[in-house]
Amino acid sequence: MKRTRNILAVAVFLLVVLIGVPWLIEATGRLDLYYTLTSVALLSIASAGVWVTFYIGRINIGQGAFALMGGYVSAILVVQYGVSFWLTLPLAGLFCAAASVLIGLPILRLRGVYFAMVTLVLTEVARLLALALPITNGAKGMVSIPLPGGISIFGLTILPDFATLANPRPAFYLVSVVLMVLCFAGLYRLVHSRIGKLCQSLQQNEELASSIGVNIAYLRVIAYAISSFLGGLGGAMFVAISQSIYPSSFTVTDSVNFMLNCFLGGLSYVFGPMIGTFVLYFGWDFLFETGEFQLLIFSSVLIALMLFLPNGLLSLRLFGKKQG
Amino acid sequence: MTELLQIKAVTKRFGGLVAVNNVSFAVREREILSVIGPNGAGKSTLFKLISSFLSPTSGEVLFRGQRISGLAPHIVARKGVVRTFQETTIFKSMTVRDNVIIAHHLRSNATLAGFYLGTNTARRDEAEFGRSADEIIDFLDLGAQRHEIASTLPHGHLRALGIAIGLATNPTVLLLDEPFAGMNHDETVRAVEMVRGVRKRGVTVLLVEHDMPAVMNISDRIVVLNFGVKIAEGTPKEIQENEKVIEAYLGAEDETIGF
Repeated sequence: MKRTRNILAVAVFLLVVLIGVPWLIEATGRLDLYYTLTSVALLSIASAGVWVTFYIGRINIGQGAFALMGGYVSAILVVQYGVSFWLTLPLAGLFCAAASVLIGLPILRLRGVYFAMVTLVLTEVARLLALALPITNGAKGMVSIPLPGGISIFGLTILPDFATLANPRPAFYLVSVVLMVLCFAGLYRLVHSRIGKLCQSLQQNEELASSIGVNIAYLRVIAYAISSFLGGLGGAMFVAISQSIYPSSFTVTDSVNFMLNCFLGGLSYVFGPMIGTFVLYFGWDFLFETGEFQLLIFSSVLIALMLFLPNGLLSLRLFGKKQG
Repeated sequence: MTELLQIKAVTKRFGGLVAVNNVSFAVREREILSVIGPNGAGKSTLFKLISSFLSPTSGEVLFRGQRISGLAPHIVARKGVVRTFQETTIFKSMTVRDNVIIAHHLRSNATLAGFYLGTNTARRDEAEFGRSADEIIDFLDLGAQRHEIASTLPHGHLRALGIAIGLATNPTVLLLDEPFAGMNHDETVRAVEMVRGVRKRGVTVLLVEHDMPAVMNISDRIVVLNFGVKIAEGTPKEIQENEKVIEAYLGAEDETIGF
């Protein structure tokens, strides 16, 4: 029963985002929504990474660093080495994962606010590195990055060359949504396998976990690497769309937002970061009309949400189900 | 009887304080050995030294002749020396059954990747963990609480859950941290039976405890610490008659000693 319902829910979601939304956008002529929704999809991938670190009991305010790193890795590979963008996408993720292993080994021993503070600094370190390193072209950043080329296997075109498209936005939208769906499917499986339970055991009591033989240091690093992989992936895709990257492309504010997305959606739900990103992004845009009061209203609503819905927006759904 | 665990001249200093001073004794296979002593005698420190949650300043702990002090706790657990904690240390927001299932970690044949992909080995592991968890839960009389969230359990059941988590790792030696603390008489009687049952499963038990009557009742042998030094070792009867032990306990808490 539950299985059928889940499959049905996924099918409906896919139909809506892959066919329904593009159809609505074309019908209403709001083409700008493509870019907005693409951003939501990519930001939610990076937020999903942050969610993984929450899942092992660490507050991560450093995802911006890995999004920036992933973006630069992809940009440098495409521009300087002529590598196909589609190949740089996983490479950027893997590069970030490898870097996060080196960074994580020492800092993952820290807990609570101490870990959070170090990760907060990471974002700033990444920005300063991007400013200082010769390969990143400093404050001028990297611009006019070519659009992704096509992919074809045995002469069969899977993805067209984006440069030949009259409007690459719908294509970017579809690719980003597919990427998001894949990432969340992978995460869903992770959480519902024994690894998810092991992560929960870390979150709830590291000492007890190690007393039952769990290699907590190893598991923490794995989780952090997955987190950073997702950050790098999101960052790299973003750069392909904006065709440029600067040291300020991802800042501390973005890192904080990635974390807020998780909080808002709900830390105990895999799809929390997706909902959180969507609501936060559109909530912010929606309040644009209020002008100078935008930030004031936005922050007040956030505070209220956290007070009254400490388990995130998705806890609403469960509450409703219990009553019905 | 073979000596499973050997504690050899173990000393632990915290700055100027010597918490455990040159303590040696051995734990024999399938016995119940208790470490007792007045408050601040260094029992808890010794307990952490044996389970490798602390490393000794000097001396060493051997398990089956191999040095285990200095190794990471999860590796010591893998070798078969597993500690339990006092009651609040459980996986609070998991159900009782999930607590016990997760504690089967050491018995898994599948790798993490295997569990992710759901290979046959992983599925066999899962089925086996579930079966074994149910058996342990029934053994410790937690059947009615099986699907309750651990944090909602009362005192006595929490203690049983702690022991269930320990048993799930399939230990050779189980170290119990004050298993009778804060229990009333009936609860203690039941807990003593529980610990006896654990030994019947072939597990060697080393416990650190305050509750004198329970210790006297359950132990094969007792080690007494005072101010970090071992002052006596022997059967409950020998300990009760030992001058040094009586001296250490007298005056301060002769009531609680329960002789």
